[in-house]
Amino acid sequence: MSTRSQSLERPASAWRPARRQVRFAPVGLLLPLAVLGLLEICVYSGWIPAHLMPAPSTLVLTFHELAAGPLWSHILASSQRVLLGFAIGSGLAILLGTLVGMSQRLEAYLDPSFQALRAVPGLAWVPLLLIWLGIDEVSKVTLIAIGSFFPVYMNMVAGVRNVDRKLVEVGTQLGFSQTTLMQRIMLPAALPYLFTGLRNGLSMAWLCVVAAELLAATEGIGYLLTDGREVSRPDLVLTAIITLALMGKLTDSLLKHVEKRMLRWRDSFSGQEQKP
Amino acid sequence: MSALLSLHNIRKSFAELTVLDDVSLALAGGEIVSLLGPSGCGKSTLLRIAAGLDRHYQGQLERNPLLDFGASSGIGVVFQEPRLMPWLNVAENIGFVDGHKADARWVRQLLRDVGLEGRGDALPKQLSGGMAQRVAIARGLYGKPQVLLLDEPFSAVDAFTRMKLQDLVTELAAQYDISVLLVTHDLDEAVYLSDRVLILGGQPSRIVSELHVPVPRPRDRRAAELALLKGQALTALYQQPY
Ligand SMILES: Nc1ncnc2c1ncn2[C@@H]1O[C@H](COP(=O)(O)OP(=O)(O)OP(=O)(O)O)[C@@H](O)[C@H]1O
Ligand SMILES: [Mg+2]
Repeated sequence: MSTRSQSLERPASAWRPARRQVRFAPVGLLLPLAVLGLLEICVYSGWIPAHLMPAPSTLVLTFHELAAGPLWSHILASSQRVLLGFAIGSGLAILLGTLVGMSQRLEAYLDPSFQALRAVPGLAWVPLLLIWLGIDEVSKVTLIAIGSFFPVYMNMVAGVRNVDRKLVEVGTQLGFSQTTLMQRIMLPAALPYLFTGLRNGLSMAWLCVVAAELLAATEGIGYLLTDGREVSRPDLVLTAIITLALMGKLTDSLLKHVEKRMLRWRDSFSGQEQKP
Repeated sequence: MSALLSLHNIRKSFAELTVLDDVSLALAGGEIVSLLGPSGCGKSTLLRIAAGLDRHYQGQLERNPLLDFGASSGIGVVFQEPRLMPWLNVAENIGFVDGHKADARWVRQLLRDVGLEGRGDALPKQLSGGMAQRVAIARGLYGKPQVLLLDEPFSAVDAFTRMKLQDLVTELAAQYDISVLLVTHDLDEAVYLSDRVLILGGQPSRIVSELHVPVPRPRDRRAAELALLKGQALTALYQQPY
């Protein structure tokens, strides 16, 4: 082919993915700031008794005081539990979800049991875990793993089942084995679902870590909560809650960032842009 | 020469709808055969059976053992839709069968052949319909198949690109000695490209007529012989109950 038309060629730079980033971060801060300002006014003018609801400025002081001392070790303890439990739970979920998604027979064997177990609230396992595994780390990590397992599992199965049959056919035609099909087509195609599952699973993990630490712990953000209640210091409790919110948001943002990078190929609706 | 791929008395039904009835065809080495017929007559269905993707049919599919030997991978398929993996870029899609071990030189050569030089890094979502289809053709050729099954591969491109791609396919078919089974509903295309044109028709479909195109290549699109044959094919198509 020597008569190729040059008009079809364009400089390669025009083909790089456009970097179009919409930043809404400052807008997201408006609501919390307004609430805090209102609270400060309410507490200072005495409409709300300070021993029930500390003023935001008091919280800043408490935070400061804690940050100089045990706060970081509490955060570290909880984060480690979350990370470990989440890794185990979601790892198992990805594996089993993929297998169940690939095979109708496996689904027939396993899925009903999983659905039944999913109906059990995560906290119902606590007494059993305490009896079996004691009150040390193992029971907490197990609870977190159970909690984060189901959202990831559900989404993984849905993801594999939603893979376009036509894409799978391309692999079949190329003579791919089941394993290759799974690696090369099912898993990448199911990635959007998987990330939804992972993000849900992660928030479940934070929920479970607090539950576990509320019941039995000498360290962790959940312990900070119990401690605050026992010594009747709402400022401690609130600081712990805010820390939880921040940690949850931080880890979720991290995951979201990874998701965005890995799903750059996606060609889907990403929400209406703001009118200028 | 014995056929590379042959279908014997194929009958295919979807639930109570019988689509194909007693269709037989054989594809010899180096031969280009077109399947012509109206929309919904079962052309894609027949191609899927020939590709071994659909095993629920009556009749026989016979693959020449030659297809399973040698360096090439036997049968290449270009589907009616591009079917590119959206998470892979153009180059990775072309060498999809080999994954990371894809032959980069060959991929670049194919990119050049289909007029997409330098676009190897683009993602499928950045391609136009015709460009995506050209990537799919390159992917079909990547495995250096002995038989290429094409399902209306040129229907999404402009007339000019279409002519280039048609020539490309005939060139490559001759160069690598590929047999081609081409589904189309474009009469000009069928007559210009093929050694034989099979016309499907009826309800359920069967092969209602077969047209030989004994015109040597390279062919001239304006040749009177082709126009004459096209006229015959038209007559055959008009005689159908459509
Ligand atoms: N998976 C399916 N289930 C049920 N019916 C089907 C299925 N696939 C195809 N059909 C039917 O079989 C018939 C032939 O379909 P096919 O896709 O082979 O047509 P075609 O000749 O390729 O048409 P076109 O030129 O529009 O691509 C159609 O009537 C269609 O409704
Ligand atoms: Mg079709």
